[in-house]
Amino acid sequence: MKCTGLIDDTVTIGIGGEAGQGVGRSGMLLGKALMRAGFHAFGNIDYPSLIRGGHNYYTVRTSQRKVTSIQEKPDLVVALNKETILIHQSEINPGGGIIYDEKEKIEENELARSDIEYYPIPMTDIVKELGGPDIMRNTVALGAVTALVGLDSMHLKEIVSETFEGREKIIKMNMAAIDRGWERVIEFDYGFSCSMEGGDRPKRMWLTGNEAIALGAVAAGCKFYPAYPMTPASPVLHYFTGHDAETETAVIQTESEIAAMCMTVGASFAGVRAMTSTSGGGFCLMTEALSMAAITENPVVVMLGQRPGPSTGLATYSAQSDLLFAVYGAHGEFQRIVLAPGDVEECFYLTTHAFNLAERFQIPVIILPDKNTIESHETVEKFNSENMIDRGKLIREWESDEEYKRYKYVEDGVSPRAVPGTKNALVLANSNEHVERGFVTSKSPQTIAMIDKRFRKIPHIKKAVEKLEPIRVYGSDNPDITIVGWGSTKGPMLEAMGMLSGEGISARFVQVRIMEPFPEGLNQYLTGKTILFETNRSAELGTLVKLNSGYSFEHVGLRYDGRPFDPYEVVSRIKEVLQ
Amino acid sequence: MSIKHFDTPTTNTWCPGCGNFAILMTVKQALAELDIPREDIVAVTGIGCHGKFTDYINVNGIHTIHGRVLPVATAIKIANHRLKVIGFAGDGDAFNIGIGHFAHAARRNVNMTYVIHDNLIYGLTTGQTSPTSKQGFITKTSPRGEWSIAINPLTQALTAHASFVSRTFAGEPQHMKEVLMQAIQHEGFALVDVLQPCVSWNKVNTYQFYRERVYKLEDENHDTSDWNKAFLKAEEWGERIPIGVFYREDRPSYEKNFPALANGPLVDQPLERDMDALFKEYM
Repeated sequence: MKCTGLIDDTVTIGIGGEAGQGVGRSGMLLGKALMRAGFHAFGNIDYPSLIRGGHNYYTVRTSQRKVTSIQEKPDLVVALNKETILIHQSEINPGGGIIYDEKEKIEENELARSDIEYYPIPMTDIVKELGGPDIMRNTVALGAVTALVGLDSMHLKEIVSETFEGREKIIKMNMAAIDRGWERVIEFDYGFSCSMEGGDRPKRMWLTGNEAIALGAVAAGCKFYPAYPMTPASPVLHYFTGHDAETETAVIQTESEIAAMCMTVGASFAGVRAMTSTSGGGFCLMTEALSMAAITENPVVVMLGQRPGPSTGLATYSAQSDLLFAVYGAHGEFQRIVLAPGDVEECFYLTTHAFNLAERFQIPVIILPDKNTIESHETVEKFNSENMIDRGKLIREWESDEEYKRYKYVEDGVSPRAVPGTKNALVLANSNEHVERGFVTSKSPQTIAMIDKRFRKIPHIKKAVEKLEPIRVYGSDNPDITIVGWGSTKGPMLEAMGMLSGEGISARFVQVRIMEPFPEGLNQYLTGKTILFETNRSAELGTLVKLNSGYSFEHVGLRYDGRPFDPYEVVSRIKEVLQ
Repeated sequence: MSIKHFDTPTTNTWCPGCGNFAILMTVKQALAELDIPREDIVAVTGIGCHGKFTDYINVNGIHTIHGRVLPVATAIKIANHRLKVIGFAGDGDAFNIGIGHFAHAARRNVNMTYVIHDNLIYGLTTGQTSPTSKQGFITKTSPRGEWSIAINPLTQALTAHASFVSRTFAGEPQHMKEVLMQAIQHEGFALVDVLQPCVSWNKVNTYQFYRERVYKLEDENHDTSDWNKAFLKAEEWGERIPIGVFYREDRPSYEKNFPALANGPLVDQPLERDMDALFKEYM
């Protein structure tokens, strides 16, 4: 296997076009084809909040090694419209190229770069000739891409056939479209400086963080999924509505996020594992019922997929600006767990843990990724989903002569949880402060006793999360610089670390994966030169670190335009700090 | 089954003479007569005087937050459709803060009973105007008389296609029990709007006020399958106020739609799935 790009051992391909031209789908198919050919890939979509028109741009970065981020400068661009040429030609690495539709009305002088190749392909003509829909132009383009980088088109054909399974006419047209794109490159003897050579099909998956979260929820036994659509979390809802029969999950598109969280609490009360997902604005509406989940001790899991705010903000972009909100949002005092996955794989595994933690401690668990992880594709090793369900103190029978009490005072604070319908046990949950049996109280000793019961869980919760690698450390033990970050910045940081090492700079990356309860022991890594990277304006993790450990970061790298960090940008920022 | 079966050891804190006592008593009577095991019943309450219901009736219960009885109740029914789910809400709970959920529960035809303790006033918060307070009604927060036109729970239910729409009066326990029993047995979303005098804060809509006005639809051969007639009857409020079942229809209830529920209640189904089959799509 081999992968030679223009600037390193990765090849970056951008696909641009209007919303509705199939940009996202093309990127997804290309990445999957690359995976089948044995490569790793990372894909990120950049799109405005529009259904038609607007500029959509999907970036796939691929290599024979694991890639964990995109970089902004592509080697090859597929332009499905003229705008893509005009916007992106200036970013292409010297020696790179751009594929575009021959039919595009473009002046010679608009093709402005002399150090890149322009590859006109008769996409529209080919599609017309084949009698296919206009959107099939991207299949022609993908055929041309495989030819240019020197890949077998077999993988692409396989995937397109699987996508349209059962629709023979469409498959036949698409196969022809791939061939025609391919042939054009050969016929005109288009040269290209990147080259790739595939290997065996690995046991990998190509999916987004959203899909990994949905699969994690299914693997964990989530049987009830109510949610209100909101970017960037809606794809989890789409997964469940699209797979409700085979996963045997009840799925409801609710009337609001308020309803979504209330339903999650209701299903949980009835004994069913339930989860909802949203973004910041929806989470605002959920916080009231989050408090209800807390005082009624009904376990809930909620995914808060971050995007830039305040309010509607940059609706289709990414941010890490809801960290403090996730940790502190909602009224009253209660313990929660906040998990912050940093890549697609962590999305899956932390989601499965979320359900176990929620049920073991009968508390809310928040999964806090950002758009750059949940809407990005990544190749990952096939997930392991064996023996992962732990329902804690859930009981389905009550044989004792003693009356069942939902909130029985117990040493570890976690009372046995019966579900309605259990013989000899009546379950009473209460949003008012309550006595063991669940009846309302406002008396002082009972109030104190019940609050203390809930708080007795905390040391046990801390112990449980310590087992889940709340801090992950990558790289050198004795580094020139320690980089701290969380969530989707993990990918670019790991890439940057590799680049720095190539330049003789040793770095260590410290990833915080659990935000609440905040992990012990972060300070042992905060020695020598340190820098904190986040995609927000106020360094929210910095605030949490200071609050929990007293440490203040002297250097930060903050990006708040909704876009992911480019590893090259991280490297230059670190060099500045080291100078 | 004896109604004592449904008593709890808690101390009742409703005002003496409150219409809630009659509602509580008749709900217990209805459940006893229907002979439903206590462990198979779930009472869901909101915030307001009615919210104490979960303390006073010995079945499963969840006392939720203001206005959110319906989404919580909906989920309980879907999670375990063997359970009999009865929601209780005040007029403020159901038609101010909770009105956003009402139309959805009705159009979905969630298989549950929804009892409105409709006293046309805010009681627990000491006497503010309610969405069902009539125009001109004077309260602490409407000192010059309520400006807006009152929300009518029955027409709201009809336009949202509730499959069982009824009203009863807390001063007529026998009638209330009969309506409640029909509602609890109905397969689908059943609204029971209970005219409930608030002896502390509503000095207009008293027991006397209703006794002089209410009449029973069943005494007038009302056709409960006629939606248009039901709507006209629901609009009637003046010298005469109708009570009884206004409208009912048979329509598949919400839980019938979910493929996941075909093999029995969700709560009883195994959690493990064939993940390899689901991973395949991404490989």
